[in-house]
Order: sequence, then C-alpha cells, then structure tokens
Amino acid sequence: MSILSVKDLDVRYGQFRAVRGVSFDIARGEILALVGANGAGKTTLLRALAGANPVYAGSVHLNGTDITQMPSHRRVAAGLALVPEGRRLFLDMTIEENLSLGRTAGRDGEWDIDRVLETFPNLVKRRHALTGTMSGGEQQATAIGRALMSNPDILILDEVSLGLSPLVVDQVYASLDGLLKTGTTIILVEQDLTRAMTVADRVICMLEGRVQLDSATTNTSRDAITDAYFGNSRRKEGLSA
Amino acid sequence: MINILLQSVLLGGYYALIACGLAFMFQVMKIINLAHGSLAVVSAYMVWSLAETTGVSPFLTLLAVIPVMGLAGWLLQRAMLERAVRGGDLLPVLTTFGLAIVLDNLMFQQFGANTRSLAPYVGDLSWEAFELPGNIYVGKLPVYILVSAIAIIGALDLMLKRTALGHQIRATAADPVTAGLVGINARRAAGIAAAIATMTVAVSGAALGLRGTFDAYAGSPQLLFAFEATIIGGTRSLWGVLAGAIVLAIAQSLGAQIHPQGFLLGGHLAFLVVLFLRLASHGRPWSLAGLISIVTPKGAAR
Amino acid sequence: MTIQRWTPLARTSFVIAALLLALLVVMPAFASVGAMQRLTVLFIYIIMAAMWNALAGYGGLVSIGNQLFFGLGAYLTIRVANAGIDPFAALLVAAVMVAAISWVLSQFMLHLRGGEFAIGMWVLASIAHLCVNLDPLIQGETGTSLISLNSYDMDLRRYYIYWAALSAMVVLLGLLFAVLRTPTGLAMQAIRDDEEAAESLGVNPMRNKRLFFVLAGFGTAIAGALWLAQVQSFQPKTYFSVQWTAYMIFMVLVGGLGRFEGAILGALIFFAVETWFADTGVWYLIGLGATAMLFSLFLPKGLWGAIASRSGVSVMPLGYRVRTLPDPGSPRDVTRSTE
Repeated sequence: MSILSVKDLDVRYGQFRAVRGVSFDIARGEILALVGANGAGKTTLLRALAGANPVYAGSVHLNGTDITQMPSHRRVAAGLALVPEGRRLFLDMTIEENLSLGRTAGRDGEWDIDRVLETFPNLVKRRHALTGTMSGGEQQATAIGRALMSNPDILILDEVSLGLSPLVVDQVYASLDGLLKTGTTIILVEQDLTRAMTVADRVICMLEGRVQLDSATTNTSRDAITDAYFGNSRRKEGLSA
Repeated sequence: MINILLQSVLLGGYYALIACGLAFMFQVMKIINLAHGSLAVVSAYMVWSLAETTGVSPFLTLLAVIPVMGLAGWLLQRAMLERAVRGGDLLPVLTTFGLAIVLDNLMFQQFGANTRSLAPYVGDLSWEAFELPGNIYVGKLPVYILVSAIAIIGALDLMLKRTALGHQIRATAADPVTAGLVGINARRAAGIAAAIATMTVAVSGAALGLRGTFDAYAGSPQLLFAFEATIIGGTRSLWGVLAGAIVLAIAQSLGAQIHPQGFLLGGHLAFLVVLFLRLASHGRPWSLAGLISIVTPKGAAR
Repeated sequence: MTIQRWTPLARTSFVIAALLLALLVVMPAFASVGAMQRLTVLFIYIIMAAMWNALAGYGGLVSIGNQLFFGLGAYLTIRVANAGIDPFAALLVAAVMVAAISWVLSQFMLHLRGGEFAIGMWVLASIAHLCVNLDPLIQGETGTSLISLNSYDMDLRRYYIYWAALSAMVVLLGLLFAVLRTPTGLAMQAIRDDEEAAESLGVNPMRNKRLFFVLAGFGTAIAGALWLAQVQSFQPKTYFSVQWTAYMIFMVLVGGLGRFEGAILGALIFFAVETWFADTGVWYLIGLGATAMLFSLFLPKGLWGAIASRSGVSVMPLGYRVRTLPDPGSPRDVTRSTE
C-alpha cells in the first residue's frame, strides 16, 4: 500500500487555480523530487498536503487514512511533517526550544534532540542561541531537525536550498545523506536538477499547477525534465532544449 | 512623601494585576480586548453575589469564580475572537467593544445602579494595616494585592519562558500556521491563553471589589488604567507591566497633590508623555523594561 | 473601450438625491415641529456616521474616542458664544478650532496602530472631559447651556438649526465625496487594503490619514455643536460619553464599513431603531452592542457591503468601470469596478 496517495487535487487562491488535478502515489521509502519553475504550484501543493492550504477538490490519503480535511497539527501526529519554504522558525526561541516544539505531536521514534544534533553538528555549539541570530544554513538545519523531531513517516522538504550559498547547500545535503539512506519516505523540492536526479528515486515536474512529468529518475533524462519544466513539449515549433 | 510613594506602589500593584491580563492577551494573541474591564466587573459581581448568597468569604468564592471565568475566556476565544482575528487587525477591536457594551448593560439590568463592594465580607481585613518603622501604615489588603500581582506576573512569565505550554503559546502567537505545521494545536493554545488571561481578570475583579466599590459601568475606567499601565510599561515583557503600573499610580498621586481633580489627569498625562518619548525615539519601542534591560548585564549581552 | 465613472444608476440616484434635498430644504414650511426636530437628529447621525466611516473605513483608523471631537465641538461653541459671537457662527468657529486641534493631535496619534490608536483616542477624550470639567464656566458635571441661543425667537431658532444641520450634512458629505473622487481618495481606498503597496505607488499614507483625521474631527465637532444647539444644555459627562462612539460604530458596521452609501444607510437604520426602541432602557443598548458584534463577525462588510458585493450595484460614482465595445453593433458591458 502506498504511504501517500493524492487524487485529483485542486487547490485555489480565490479564483486562481494553483494546483490542478494533481494525482500521484508514493511508496514507503521512496524519495521523490518535485521540480518546477517558480509559480508552478509546488509550494502550494506541499502546503496543501501538510494542511496549511485548504483543498478545493480531490483527496489526500496517508497510510490509508483520509487526511484531506484534517488540520495540520493532526497530520503531524499522523506522521506527515513539512519543512516549510523559508524555514519559518520561531525566532525569539532557541534552537533547543524550536526542536522541542517539534515533539509536541508526541510521536515516538528514533529522533530526539541528541540525534538531531548528531546529524547536524554545526548546531551543537549554538544550541541555546536564539534562532533569529543564526545563519541561513544553521536555520535550515534547525528547521529540518524540528520536523524530524516529530518522527514522521513521510518528510517533506520545501526548497531546502533557498537563499543558501552552494557550499552551505552541500553541507546540508551531506547531513541529510544519512537520513536519505534510512528509508524515510521523503518529498523534496530541488531546483538543481543534477542534485535532484542524484538524490531521488523518482521525479515529478510541475508546470502551471499540473503534473507534466512523473517518472523514475532512471527512466528519464535531464533533457526530458527540462522540456517538462518549460513546457516545451507542448509547443508546435521545435526548439532544441 | 514616603507615604505617598508607598501608597502609590500599592495602588500600582492593583493596576498591575488588572493590566497583566490585557498585556498577556496583547502580547500573545495580538488582540486588545476592549471588554477586559467589563469582564473584571463581571467577576467582581460573581464573587459578590456568591458571597452575598452563601455567606462564604470572597476569597473562597473567588476560587469558584476563577475556573468559570477561565471557561468564559476559552469560549470567548473559540466562539468570537478566532473569527474576528481573521477579519483583520481592526475587527477584534470592534467586536470586543460591542461585547463590552453588552456586558456593561446586562450587568446594569441585572444588578441595578447601586455600587457594591466586597469589603463588608472580609471584616476587619478591609482596614487593617501593617505598621512600618517611622509610623507608616500600609493596608494589608493592598499589600496582598501587590503580592498577588507579583506572583501572577512571575508565574505567567515563567510559564511562557520555561514550560512546553508557554512555548506553544508563544509559537502560536508568532506564527499560527507554522505552529500547526510543527504539530501544535494552535486553536487550543490560543484558547488556553485566553482562558489564562480571563482567570487573571477574575482575580483583578475581586481585587477591585476588595479595594473599593464598583458598579455596572466600572469596566471602562479599569480598561483605561490597564491600557495605560501596559503602554507605559512597554508591551515587551510582563514585568514591564508592573513597572508601568507603578509609574501610573505615582503620576496619579502627584497629580492629586497638585490639584484636587488632578488624580486621573496625572495618570493620563504620564501616559501621553511616555507616548511622546517613545515616538520621539523614532518608533523604536522605548519602554521602562527596555531601558532596564539595556542597563542590566544580561540585557547588554543581547 | 471607455472608462466611465457614472453609471446610469448613479445618474438616476443623483437626480433623486437632488430632488430629495430640495424637498428637505422646504420641509419646515409644512412639517410639524416634532418632525423637524427628528430630521435634525437624523442629519446629525448621518454626519457622525459618515465621519467615523471616513476615519475607519477609508483611513483604516478605528477610533473609540470620537466623543473627543463631539464634546469639544459643543464645549468650544459655548466658550465662543460666551465671548459674544453669534451662536450659529460660534458653531462654525468651534468646529474650525477642533479641526486645528485635530491637526496637532494627528502629529503623534497617527503613529499609533490598531488597538493602541483606538484606546488612545479614548484616553484623549477622557483628558478633554476632565479638562472641560475644570472650566468654571461649565461648573463641573452640572454643566451649563447655550444661553445666547435664547436671543433667537423659538420658531426661527428651530428653522435655523434645521437648516444648519441640513447644510452641514450636505457640505460634509459633499466634501467627503469630492475627496474620494480625487486621486487621493482612490489612494485612501487603496491604503485601506495595504499600506506598503500604496506607498510603493507614491501614495503618502501619513498625509492622507491626516486629512481624514482632521476632516473627521471637524465634522464630528459640527455634529456635537449642532446637538448642543438642538438640546441647548451641556453636561460634560453626556457629551464626552463613549456611547456616542458606540452609536457611530453601530451605524457604520451595520451600514457598511468603508462604503459611502453604507454610512448613510447605517444612520437611517440606527435612527429607526432608536425611534422605536430607545425607551426600552438598557435593552436598547444591549441590542445595539450585540448587533454590532454579530455584524462584525458575520457581516463585516455591513448591509450595503453585502448587497454591493453581490450585485455590483453602486449608487455613488466612486469607482471606475471599464466598458468594452468590441463591435459597434453589440456593446458588451464588461464592468470591473475598483471599489
């Protein structure tokens, strides 16, 4: 049984349809890369999965349970955690306090503060510092750690590299390396196609709210993804990618 | 002079008590509850009518009123404020103002125009005093009220800083959507915060009745005192509220020294002066608490 | 494609309004004294509602202290009349003085936001109340009255007050209307939604807010002065009571916040409610408060707002409409109002 099942999802802002008829299933342990230009609907989709955006039509099932109308905090308790775009840490609290808040849903598992600090060693000496005073890389690590503290079955990472220098992004992915190998189901948004194809088992490319391409990374190519990214395959005139 | 100062500090204790609920709601939920004063008067009436009908001491009836008011706060948040906040910053002001009018007039309808007091129910305590060196007397009740204010502010402050619930409330205040994404039940946290605020309001209502008299329309002046104490103290921390409350009381006493009608004016003018000073420093939140925090070592390290 | 401001409906309603106005002007000739007095009260209500709406609906400044202007307008009228000036002229002079005071107050009050501004105005009203109490002429809470009005013959006095109220209402509504039609006015409606965005368009929020603040001060002061002329007696406690703001809030919330027609509608409704229910004592006030609450929660746009949103109807030409005429034979009306 798939861990996450999305059917005909339609998410709107007023009259604007940000996500149109999106459907896909994710198997346990799969790593899915979500790719697409800004405004393609990636963040809206992920926030709808996490319960931050209301769903206009369609359904989302987690481990067989219908979570479409569930408020976000109950989805966390059900095993779905989102690392939101822009980190969204609680700036007037310390790293440790932010991490502890991640435990609120009360799920048991391997992830606790010590394990998070092991995974992101650059946080150790800043443990009691206010997150508002930290660098982007440290904030990103804290945000991921905070989501991990809820011991999710499926972890969603929205724009991990946003606003971070390439070196720092490398560091973050290095830390994530262990996580990626543990068999946690992961959805990640990544603008860097090379990295996405290296890290992920499967890639979905979105354009204007729709799924343009959904394929295992081994079955597709950079070119095919790029075409889907820009919607080239729809154009009548042939332009080489 | 010392006596005036001491009496002001004690009066400040009462102001701090009634202000801390308002400040808490504002800090935590970004709502200014214009029904705050009216809720205090509702509590005072509840404590009074229980004491009147059962003959039990107001201190004990207060214990019964506190949870009732807590529940009222919870309902207020879930049934009304949640909705109002979605309509923008201004709507909660209008909604709570409407509520204040409804409460004030319902109380008038129910209890009439007579002023009431809790003092008759505590016997000698209403006038007993501690004797201090130098032939100075401080009333026991005002001292107890000041002590309660300090205790409650201290407890709230500790709760917000050290407990999981406090962190959840702060997180919900800072960013309710992200709080939900992290697993916090934001609506529940907001409801609990509102309940805590109204429970402190219940205590301040009893203090109001014990210190003096109240009637159905006493809510508005209490609201203004609470508001002025909060603004003078700065909205950054709850301890600032205590400082602001004492400053307000001192200003009022000074005003009364200058002119027989000067009591209230003194407080209002102090409020305006603080406002001026704050705006003169270009909108940077200037407050007593801020000033103190700059001067103490821990503050300077920030 | 043309851009038009006046729809047929707006044109019609303006004609109707002009006719109504003419009727109102000659009303004293055949109306009873009681009817004239009630109409005067209605005009004052409309002024109060329109002014509070200007401040809150267009300026985004919710004030719980407009009784400041109301009371000061009445108080200064007494003071100025006491100095020997004709009472009707005193009305105007007092209002101008309050406008000046408003301008000074705006220098610091407008830096406050949201609830702080709301209660801050209430504090100012309390200060004014206390200061007015100190004036020996007023004799504390006992109050005094606009004695010099007695120099006018009773009937003539009523006509003058009626026409003063009517013309004040028309002028103030006209002023408001004129302001809202200018680029500034459109700007204010924009600011209402997003200050940063408005600023980036070159709109100066502070200057515009100040304009509405002073206008509201001036208009509400006139309302207070007119009320004084109507009832003649002045007790600080009555004129500086927060209940006036409660009435204004009720009128605007029920009628429609930020809508020109809404304030007028709200005043009419309040007037009707007051006529029927005022003698039920506190239940009347409880009803007002509860209604305001319910509207704020469930119908925040007020009655007019709800109607206008659904049907796109607008009686006042305050927005812009785009009409496209793709081919001469069949004009298609693509209405896109910016209200």
